[in-house]
Amino acid sequence: MSELLDLNLVEATKALKNKKISSLELTNAYLKSISDTSSLGAYLEIVEDKAIRMAKESDKKLIDGTARPLEGIPIGIKDMFCTKDIKTTASSKILENFIPTYESTVTQNLWNDGAVILGKLSCDEFAMGSSNETAAKGNVINPWLKNKKMSPGGSSGGSAAAVAARSALAATGTDTGGSIRQPAAFCGITGLKPTYGRCSRWGIVAFSSSLDQAGPLTRTVSDAALMLNSMAGYDQKDSTSANLKMPDLMDYLDKGIKGKKIGIPKEYTQDGISEDIVKFYDKSIDSLRVEGAEIIPVSLPHTKYALPAYYIIAPAEASSNLARYDGVRYGARQEASSLDEMYELTRGNGFGDEVKRRIMIGTYVLSSGYYDAYYLKAQKVRRLIKEDFENVFKKVDYIITPSTPTTSFELGKKQDPLTMYLNDIFTVPASLAGLPGISLPVGLDKSGLPIGIQLIANSFDEPGLISTARVLEMSAGYNFIADGAAK
Amino acid sequence: MNETSTLKPGHIQGETGIWEMVIGLEIHAQISSKSKLFSGASASFGSEANRNVSLVDAAMPGMLPVINEFCVEQAVKTGLALNAKINNVSVFDRKNYFYADLPQGYQISQFTKPIVGEGEVIVDLDDSEHTTIGIERLHLEQDAGKSLHDQHPTKSYIDLNRTGVALMEIVSKPDIRSPQEAGSYVKKIRSILRYIGACDGNMEEGSLRADCNVSVRKSGEEFGTRCEIKNLNSIRFIIQAIQSEAERQVDILETGGTIDQETRLFDPSTGETRSMRSKEDAHDYRYFPDPDLLPLEFTESWVQGIKEKLPELPDSLKKRLVKDFGITSYDASILVEEKDYVDFYQQAANGRDGKLTANWMITELFGALKKDNLSFSESPISSKNFGELVSLITNGTISGKIAKDVFAEMMKSKKSPSEIVKEKGLEQVSDDSEILKLIDQVISNNQDKVAEYLGGKDKLFGFFVGQIMKLSQGKANPGIVNKLLKEKLK
Repeated sequence: MSELLDLNLVEATKALKNKKISSLELTNAYLKSISDTSSLGAYLEIVEDKAIRMAKESDKKLIDGTARPLEGIPIGIKDMFCTKDIKTTASSKILENFIPTYESTVTQNLWNDGAVILGKLSCDEFAMGSSNETAAKGNVINPWLKNKKMSPGGSSGGSAAAVAARSALAATGTDTGGSIRQPAAFCGITGLKPTYGRCSRWGIVAFSSSLDQAGPLTRTVSDAALMLNSMAGYDQKDSTSANLKMPDLMDYLDKGIKGKKIGIPKEYTQDGISEDIVKFYDKSIDSLRVEGAEIIPVSLPHTKYALPAYYIIAPAEASSNLARYDGVRYGARQEASSLDEMYELTRGNGFGDEVKRRIMIGTYVLSSGYYDAYYLKAQKVRRLIKEDFENVFKKVDYIITPSTPTTSFELGKKQDPLTMYLNDIFTVPASLAGLPGISLPVGLDKSGLPIGIQLIANSFDEPGLISTARVLEMSAGYNFIADGAAK
Repeated sequence: MNETSTLKPGHIQGETGIWEMVIGLEIHAQISSKSKLFSGASASFGSEANRNVSLVDAAMPGMLPVINEFCVEQAVKTGLALNAKINNVSVFDRKNYFYADLPQGYQISQFTKPIVGEGEVIVDLDDSEHTTIGIERLHLEQDAGKSLHDQHPTKSYIDLNRTGVALMEIVSKPDIRSPQEAGSYVKKIRSILRYIGACDGNMEEGSLRADCNVSVRKSGEEFGTRCEIKNLNSIRFIIQAIQSEAERQVDILETGGTIDQETRLFDPSTGETRSMRSKEDAHDYRYFPDPDLLPLEFTESWVQGIKEKLPELPDSLKKRLVKDFGITSYDASILVEEKDYVDFYQQAANGRDGKLTANWMITELFGALKKDNLSFSESPISSKNFGELVSLITNGTISGKIAKDVFAEMMKSKKSPSEIVKEKGLEQVSDDSEILKLIDQVISNNQDKVAEYLGGKDKLFGFFVGQIMKLSQGKANPGIVNKLLKEKLK
C-alpha cells in the first residue's frame, strides 16, 4: 500500500502507463487513505462508487492504449467546484444540500483527461478564510504535528491537507488572495495560482470574480505542471477567460534559469516574519544564484496598500456574488411570514460569521456616499499595484518572496480577524495584479512545520514559473512527509 | 368658450397662474432577440411559466453571463437611428437589490458608461408642427422575472421566463412639455425601433414600457421636484398619467404644499397615480462594474458598418414622400409612422397620383380596417390591388363614388378592382352618344323644369345632373354629363 502512496502524480502516471499498477489499485489505496486519515476532516463528501467506476474505465483505456494525460489518477476536488450529481456546498450551511446538475469547466477538463474523483474537499466557507476554520462542518487539521492540531491554512485547507496526508494524489483549489499558496505552504506541498483568466471560472462558486482563479495543489512542481496542463484552457462560457493556448508545461520542467533575473522586493522583508522563514528565504535566493540566476533588488512601493485594497474589493464583489443565496430557488430556506423575513432568517442562519462580516464590509464600501472613498480608491490602488509589478517585470523575470510571514498556527488561536487577514500579506499583491504565483516547500522550521517560498511570474508566464520553481525544488531537496500522513 | 380650453397642451390653469409641465421619459424597449442578453435561453413571449430559464437566468452557483452580440448590435443601431453618440467603450454594472424575481440579487445594467450617449429625435405634433426632444442616453440591461401574488393565499409564485431578457433603456432629456408630446415621442421612438427591427414595439406584450418623470413649474422658473410614474404600457395611459400627476402636483403647490420626490404607480381604473415608495425608502443600488464581464469595446469601422446597413428612417422618408409624391407633410407623417404603411404606400402610389393614393389610404383604407378591427398586416387589400383602384379612378374607368363601392367589395372578397368592375358592369360611361341619350330622356321627362331653368332658375342645373346620374346608376362620367348638358340647355 505504502508503495502506491509513495508515488507522486508524475510517477503514478508512468507506472499506470507501464501497467506496473492499475488505477483500481491506486484508487483503492487512496480510498483507504481517506478512511485512515478521516480524523483530519479534509473530505466533506467521498464518492467511493464513482471513484471505482472511473478507475475501472481508466484501466480499460490504459490497457487498450487510449490513455489520456491524467488517466486513472485519483484526485480530490475543493468544494467550491460544482460537480454534477455530487453535493457541492462551498463549505456553507446555506448550500448544505445543493447538488448541481452541471459540472464546472475545470473539473470537466480533468475528467476529460482521465482523472478519477475521490470526493469533495473542505475549505473555508465560500473560500473566505485563511485557516479553514470558517467551514460550516468544522475545521480541517493539518497533518503536520498532527497531535497539536495545527491549521492547514485556507481557504483550500482541505485540498492542502489531503495532498499532504496522501489521501489525494493531487487536488484542485481556488485562490482569491492566497487560498492555494498559503495552505500549500502550511502543509508542505506545492500550490500554483495561475494567471487570472488561465482557468475558466465557469461552475466555480464565485467569491470575488475579479480575483478568483483555480489551480492545482500537488506534491511536486512537475505534478502541478501536469495538473495545470489539464485544468487550464479558454472557455467561451467565461468572458474573463483568456483566449490563449498554454504550452505544455512538462516541456519547461528542466529549462533551468541560467541568465534569468530574479527580483527581491524589499517590501517583503519587513519585521514580523519568522526567523526560520527569513533563513530559508535567503537560502532559496542563494540557491537560485548558484543555478545561474542574477539576483536583483527591486521595489514594489504600493505593497503595503495591497491588503487594505484587497479587503475592500473582495468583500465588495462577494456581497453581490452571494446575494443569490436567498432561499428562493435552491439551498436551505427558512420559512417565514414575509419575503424580507425569509431572507433575513435564511441568510442569517445560512451564513457563518466570517461570510457575514465580509458581506457587511462589502455592502458598506459600495454604499452611496462611501463608494468613492473605499471601492473606487481601492481600485486605484489595485491599478498602482499592477503598475508596480509591470515596472519590476521590465527589469526582472521572476520575483521571489516568502509565501507567508509565519508557518502554520494552532487551530482556534487566531480569533482576531485582522491578524488572520495578515496571513495573506505576501500572496495578495500578485492576486490583485492577476499574476501567476507558486508556493513550494523548501524546509521545516524549528518546530518541524513546513516553510513555503513563493515565486511570482509575469502574466501568462506559467512555463517560466515552472522552470524556476523546479530549480528551487531540486536545490531545496525537500522530501519530508507529514507525521499525520497515511502510511 | 371657457378659459381652460384656450390653454396650450401641457399648461394647467391654477389659482396663482398658469403652470407648465416638465416631462422626461425612460423607455424600456425589449430587443427583438431570440435569446436573452446574457444567456442562451429563449426570450419568446407567452411560454408556460419557467420554460425559458437557463442555469444562468436562475443564478445557479458558479454561472457566468456571456454577452449576446446581436443585442449589442441592436443597441448601436438604435443609437445611430437616434442620431446619438456611440460610446466605443461601455461598461456593465451590477444594480444590487433583493427581490424574489431577481435571482442574481442584482440586475446587470449600465450605469456610468452606457453604450449610447446623447442624441435627439424629431417628434411630429398634431398640427403638422414638430419639436426636437433630446436623448440623454441609451443603455443595455436585463429584465427581471415576474412575481405572481394571486395564485395562492400565502405564497407568491415566481416566473423567470422574462428574467434576463434584453432591454434597452432610452432616457430622454426633460424636454417634453405636454402629455400629448410625450405620447408623440413614444410613438416616434416606437416607429424608429420598428423600422430598424431592434424592438417589435408591442406595448400589450410589454415589449415597450415607459417610466415618466413629471414636475410642474411656472414658466421660466427652475424645474420643480419630480415624481416618477413607473411602468406605463400604453400611450393612452402615458397621456392620462402625466396629466393627472401634473394636476395633482399643481393642487398641492397651490395649497402651499411641497412635492415629495417619490415613485408612483398609475391606476388605470381611477385614472390617477398613487405613491409606491418615497425617496427615503429608495434603494441604495450599490452599483459597481460587473467583474464577470469585460467592457464592451468596438471599433469605429464596426460602427460604420452598422450605420451603412441602416434602413431609410422615418424623417428622411417623410421628406422624400413629400418631394416625390407631392403629398402634404401631415399625410406623409402618418404614412411613415409604420414601415408597413410606407412600403404599402410606395408600392401603390408608384407611377400613380400620389395625393389621391394617400387620401384613399388614410381615409378609406385605415378607416375600413379600424371599423373591421383589423391590423394593417391583416388588410384584405394588397398594395397592387389598391394601386389599381387608384388607376381606375384617375383614368376615368370609374367615378370616385363607384370607387367606394368597389373598395367595399374589395374589403370583402379580396378580388382585384378590375374584376369587380367588370363583373358588376361598373365602368363609367364616358361615351358622348350614350350620355346624350340619357340627357334627352331626362329633358323629355322634365319639360316643366327645363322651362323654369331657361327662365333663369340656374339652380336646377344640379337637379338635371342628379337625374342623369341616377338614370345611369352612377356610371355616367360627371364631367362629360356637365359639359354636354350645358351645351344642350343653351
